[in-house]
Amino acid sequence: MSEIAVTSSGRSRGVKFRPVTQDSSFARYTLIATAVLFLALFLFAPLAIVFVEAFSKGIGPFLTAFGDPDARAAIRLTLLVAAISVPANLVFGLAASWSIAKFSFPGKSVLITLIDLPFSVSPVVAGLVYVLVFGGQGLFGPWLAAHGVQIIFAVPGIVLATIFVTFPFVARELIPLMEEQGKIEEEAALTLGASGFKTFLTVTLPNIKWGLLYGVLLCNARAMGEFGAVSVVSGHIRGLTNTIPLQVEILYNEYNNVAAFALAVLLAGLALVTLGLKTFLEWRHADALSGRARRH
Amino acid sequence: MLTRSPDALAATEGSKRGTSIRIEGVEQDFGAFPALRDVSLDIQPGELVALLGPSGSGKTTLLRVIAGLNSPDRGRILFDGENATNLPVQDRHVGMVFQNYALFKHMTVADNIAYGLRVRPRRTRPPRAAIKARVMELLQFVQLDGLGGRYPAQLSGGQRQRVALARALAIEPRVLLLDEPFGALDARVRKDLRRWLRDIHKQTGLTTVFVTHDQDEAMELADRVVVLNEGRIEQIGTPEELYDRPASPFVISFVGEAVALPVTISDGHVTFGGRELHIDTHGLRSGPARVFFRPADIAVTAEGSGDLEGRVESLRRTPAGVRATIAIDGYDQTLEIDSPLDRSASLGGRVPLSLAKARIFPADENGDYVNAGDGI
Repeated sequence: MSEIAVTSSGRSRGVKFRPVTQDSSFARYTLIATAVLFLALFLFAPLAIVFVEAFSKGIGPFLTAFGDPDARAAIRLTLLVAAISVPANLVFGLAASWSIAKFSFPGKSVLITLIDLPFSVSPVVAGLVYVLVFGGQGLFGPWLAAHGVQIIFAVPGIVLATIFVTFPFVARELIPLMEEQGKIEEEAALTLGASGFKTFLTVTLPNIKWGLLYGVLLCNARAMGEFGAVSVVSGHIRGLTNTIPLQVEILYNEYNNVAAFALAVLLAGLALVTLGLKTFLEWRHADALSGRARRH
Repeated sequence: MLTRSPDALAATEGSKRGTSIRIEGVEQDFGAFPALRDVSLDIQPGELVALLGPSGSGKTTLLRVIAGLNSPDRGRILFDGENATNLPVQDRHVGMVFQNYALFKHMTVADNIAYGLRVRPRRTRPPRAAIKARVMELLQFVQLDGLGGRYPAQLSGGQRQRVALARALAIEPRVLLLDEPFGALDARVRKDLRRWLRDIHKQTGLTTVFVTHDQDEAMELADRVVVLNEGRIEQIGTPEELYDRPASPFVISFVGEAVALPVTISDGHVTFGGRELHIDTHGLRSGPARVFFRPADIAVTAEGSGDLEGRVESLRRTPAGVRATIAIDGYDQTLEIDSPLDRSASLGGRVPLSLAKARIFPADENGDYVNAGDGI
């Protein structure tokens, strides 16, 4: 009791202690200010400008931009592409991470490397590869043309390119998570009589659902925003093969700033929603997403 | 301490007869590393068997082979005489308690216990009310009534252990398999749960196999202990047999403390460091050998009659006499030997020692010590 009294009276005399591990306040505030300034200048300002430009002539022209049939077609196409490629990569990601995390087989490390390939290849190269394979002068081009199938400069090509680029997101999210969890709970379910599929539904899926949602979210954001690979294979046919990012570029090149930025607002909005959900997931379900260094 | 109502159990398991398990020549390789080598074992209905061995000895692999989680490369598994080798794990009806319990984290305790009943196909699934009643019954049986709504993360280690057991019992298994059931618990809880497991075994009458690396646990609980080393069975026997007639140097060293002396057999005489040990070598070949004995089987003896001699390194008084730390001549470790007070020994002095019981294992062509001699 007496020791406590001595300590508190020492404090009350106004002696100031600084924790030895703490830098001086000058250093701290300088560092914080630098970081904030940098973020404001390079991240926040551009985002704000997108909104400012979009509404620069008022709400009317902003809304008119969405009345344009080409713009509507671009939005529809973007939604369509995402609606196909995200579920495709969801299934692929689940299958790949399941097999990598729960089984050992020859060529496993090759598969892991292949999953990472889209991250290391430039999206433009990815698009070009599809042109070389499926294009008119390409490997399967003549055969496809003879059978009346068009892939390049058409929707299938855009979907393929998008799937390629967004390949790793779900798998990359799930592999470390599933490896960390192991297969012990699944084995317990099997000994209790559950079938493989029931085990997946009742044990595996609940354990990875937040990680899966996280991966899908990132995958979707990229699928809707992809420019490079899609640009190469799309052919930029207005109203037919233009996605939102391509339409934004065309409008901008035509000095139609309001329309360009109006569409850009859609993409920026998508990014903000993704960011918000991502932050929420990380905050609320950090433990269910843990097991690895954050990559994105 | 944990067992409460035998009636609840009778209602739970009925008057179930245990299932016999027969393991015939089971082998399993993991890559180049053989995990199980020609393992054969008969487990009687209702028996409580421990698989004992150091880590990497194959004991968990053997348990998983019985459960159907691993399929052996060679050999057969029979339940009640029926070949179960290719029976899928779901159809084996084994109650498995995993190391660290493997409870479903996202389900409540009650849902964990009900899982095995809920996943049954509609035809064989009990009605909802029956499942609920069964869960309540099991919760009471493992003394967790009122905790059905908790999640595994909200339970202590001992409580999780009991949930895992209740979940395994819910499917009315033919055999109960436990992998290091007490491995993750602190010492006090372990002791309580040991007794509890034995009571559960008695009440359910289930053939029970558990894996452990703790020889005390195996000896205290099991009817028979299977000692495994490097994928091979070293010995199968009751705790008495393992203590009194260990079949190999590994068993004698692993089950309890043992001293190993390098000796030579020539013409029926055993010599250690120039002294003759009075050990029966009937039928043993001449050559290098090892003599094993337990510290309890050596005693300070009268002058001039000892098998061995040692130097007293320290002396300590105990209620019944003195405990001397003695360095045996020619052996690099010291032993603690309890003696009655009347034996005179002084610090730093030399004392004669006699062996009451020892086992001798001559070396084979490869230099391995394999064949057991009966010893003194």
